[in-house]
Amino acid sequence: MQNDIVLSMRGIGKVFPGVRALHNVDFTLRKGEIHALMGENGAGKSTLIKVLTGVYTKDAGTIHLDGAEGEVIIRSPQDAQNAGISTVYQEITLCPNLTVAENMFIGRGKGMLVSRRTMEKRAGEILDSLSIPARPKQQLGSCSLAVQQMVAIARAVDMDCKVLILDEPTSSLDDKEVEMLFTLMRDLKNRGVGIIFVTHFLEQVYAVSDRITVLRNGELVGEYEVKDLPQVELVSKMMGKELEGLSDLVRDDSAQFDDSTPVYEASGLSSAKGVNPYDFAIRKGEVNGFTGLLGSGRSESVRAIFGADRVTGGKVKIDGKTVKIGKPIDAMKQGIGYLPEDRKDDGIIADLSVRDNIILALQVEKGFFHPFSQAEAEAFADEYIKALEIKTASSETPIKSLSGGNQQKVILARWLLTHPKYLILDEPTRGIDVGTKTEIQRLVRKLAEEGMSVTFISSEIEEMLRTCSRLIVMRDRHIVGELRGTELTQDNVMRTIAGGGE
Amino acid sequence: MAKKAKINWSKHSQLIVPLLSIFLIVLFNLFRDPSFFSIEITTNNAGSTVLTGNLISILNGASELAILAMGMTLVTAACGGQDISVGALAAIAGSVFVKVLRAGEITPLTIALGFVCCCLAAMAFGAFNGTLVSAFRIQPMIATLVLFTCGRSVAYWINGGATPTVESPLINAIGSFIPGVPVPTPILIVIVTAIVLALVFRFTSLGLYTQAVGINQRAARLNGINTTLIKLISFMILGVCCAIAGVIAVSRLSLINHETLLLDIEMDAILAVAIGGNALSGGKFKIAGSVLGAYAIQALTITLYAMKVPSTDVKAYKAIVIILIVVIGSPVVKAKLSQLWNRIKSGKQGKEVAQA
Repeated sequence: MQNDIVLSMRGIGKVFPGVRALHNVDFTLRKGEIHALMGENGAGKSTLIKVLTGVYTKDAGTIHLDGAEGEVIIRSPQDAQNAGISTVYQEITLCPNLTVAENMFIGRGKGMLVSRRTMEKRAGEILDSLSIPARPKQQLGSCSLAVQQMVAIARAVDMDCKVLILDEPTSSLDDKEVEMLFTLMRDLKNRGVGIIFVTHFLEQVYAVSDRITVLRNGELVGEYEVKDLPQVELVSKMMGKELEGLSDLVRDDSAQFDDSTPVYEASGLSSAKGVNPYDFAIRKGEVNGFTGLLGSGRSESVRAIFGADRVTGGKVKIDGKTVKIGKPIDAMKQGIGYLPEDRKDDGIIADLSVRDNIILALQVEKGFFHPFSQAEAEAFADEYIKALEIKTASSETPIKSLSGGNQQKVILARWLLTHPKYLILDEPTRGIDVGTKTEIQRLVRKLAEEGMSVTFISSEIEEMLRTCSRLIVMRDRHIVGELRGTELTQDNVMRTIAGGGE
Repeated sequence: MAKKAKINWSKHSQLIVPLLSIFLIVLFNLFRDPSFFSIEITTNNAGSTVLTGNLISILNGASELAILAMGMTLVTAACGGQDISVGALAAIAGSVFVKVLRAGEITPLTIALGFVCCCLAAMAFGAFNGTLVSAFRIQPMIATLVLFTCGRSVAYWINGGATPTVESPLINAIGSFIPGVPVPTPILIVIVTAIVLALVFRFTSLGLYTQAVGINQRAARLNGINTTLIKLISFMILGVCCAIAGVIAVSRLSLINHETLLLDIEMDAILAVAIGGNALSGGKFKIAGSVLGAYAIQALTITLYAMKVPSTDVKAYKAIVIILIVVIGSPVVKAKLSQLWNRIKSGKQGKEVAQA
């Protein structure tokens, strides 16, 4: 049994300034197994992979490889490759304008002296043996993404790799291509290659893996055999919540049921960002939430409501009337506000003052030819700086010099100023201090009591349960359930995310 | 001290560098020749009383540059890149102006018509540049390279001849003096252009939108701003600026030479924007800074000529001074200076405390 181990990492630690990315993590990979590495955002998956591939140097711990005497030192990606560790990333890192054969041999030293003919012959043999549908002389760019990825894998395999790391290999593939990739993975597994499979698609993990290692907050949660770990337990381990004893947070929101016309209603809504057509409605004064693991499509779904990504289909009704929402301004005109998940890239206008940041959305709604006077803008800004207790030196201060929480309040103020009837908040509490967090939660409930409809998204389930009266649960870009009233428990949410719960 | 505090310097800190450069050039000239800035009242050959002197020729000579710098500031702010075709576009606009005037008698009406036509033509070409940049997402400098390359040929085609002339007292009035007004007309045109632009900013949200698009395009779009349109508008406004500059340049000589009209002015216009403290990568902007920058560049040129520097050497000397201005205005030096300033200030306070 001990001889089967190809890679063993013990007590790995890695510290970044102010962050402990990895602490005392063990990881073991056996010959001929597919081992899934799982964890939520920030769990330490990619840090661990980067330590293994030499992108980062570890601060603590040891790495042993089968066939190597003593500890293996990996200081650069070159070291890792020489030690037999190969990585295929989500983005193809090959050259699309070279041929398949050239791509398989480029940068490997021995390719320099090999004639083109032998190179192509050898490439053909490998491609055949792995049944990869590509010809050696074909330009790589003319292959589909899936085949390009398989060529990258073939290249890795030919380099005599013992450990193959597949980092989110399936995120840009369709179902058929995923199946092709899985066949290749199983084939390699039978040849004795150890494969580390990093993904956030739960079902794919269960379809192909033998073992699962779960990380959370930079620490090892445990290593499990797939057959011993039902999906629901995996989810609970990733989120760090025990299944039992969490049902105490029962709420009674039966009063929220009503038959009034929804403020917003969509059917078959889909967008260019890969959201599967879905139906959704929200009533006046309701707070609902979209929940699911990272990459489940919760953010993409609400972006489609606001027209933030290109909307590719679906019917939308506002107060029962059919309207067309194709871009953000359409949504704003219908009284919809959207606080984006990525505050820095999608939210703040960094160099502009707090005042300009607050009035921006309302100004756009009012129109290009009707600018607010200095005095009006000042009055709006002062009103909301006071109401939301935004800590800023003055309304003239550039928003970039505020703390994260206060920046978030400014963006919130921007949308509250437009007096929307439906407000979408995507991760409004991410990266901000606990005090501000509770303030925002309280504000959301207050707004709902005043009649505003709110969609609230958060990675923290407790927060969603506290704030929302209805939760829409997503997995792998599909809505898999809807919970309301007494069904709203952590237990139920996790079971639904995991899919029924065996 | 307390009285001075009324001016909010932090709000205008961007203007310090261009003001300082102008101040240094002025100071240098005063030491060199105290009479440099004397303004004389003379009678020109048309018989009217006019102002002359180096100061007037700086203000007058910088007119086209100042107007182009205004438009260039907007394009820079919205697109984070520069338009290098402004000289060529001014030549096209000037050619259209000449073409219309040569079609018939030169009257105030035909001049107005000519101006409208060249504005429309320049806006159309500006829209062409703007479309390449905003809709096709081509780098501004590459996109405008097209018009930079072919613009002067287009200007040639419009009139078909080498250097067609437009002789008329009316044209002289635009290019030099309006009878009875002692200030050169181009200076007045700069003032009018600045006022019109100020009104545009006052009565639209152009300033806010442009800065939002320049700083964070994704966020601007999510706030309902049509980012493509804003970039297009900035190029069209620059087009109008090119038209005005072209008309002034044509009127100064009463003829158009499509090869030399405002040659190389695009680089000076970009430089004016930079000296004015505007980030060439876009975002926040101050048009006043760019205009001051334009005058600083012209003051430098006139000073060099006054020092009898051979015209072949002027560019080299200009480059040296520009290096100084740009380095002083660079973020690295700025940070060092403010550090030094803080140390001096805290030192002073320390002394005051010690004395107390």
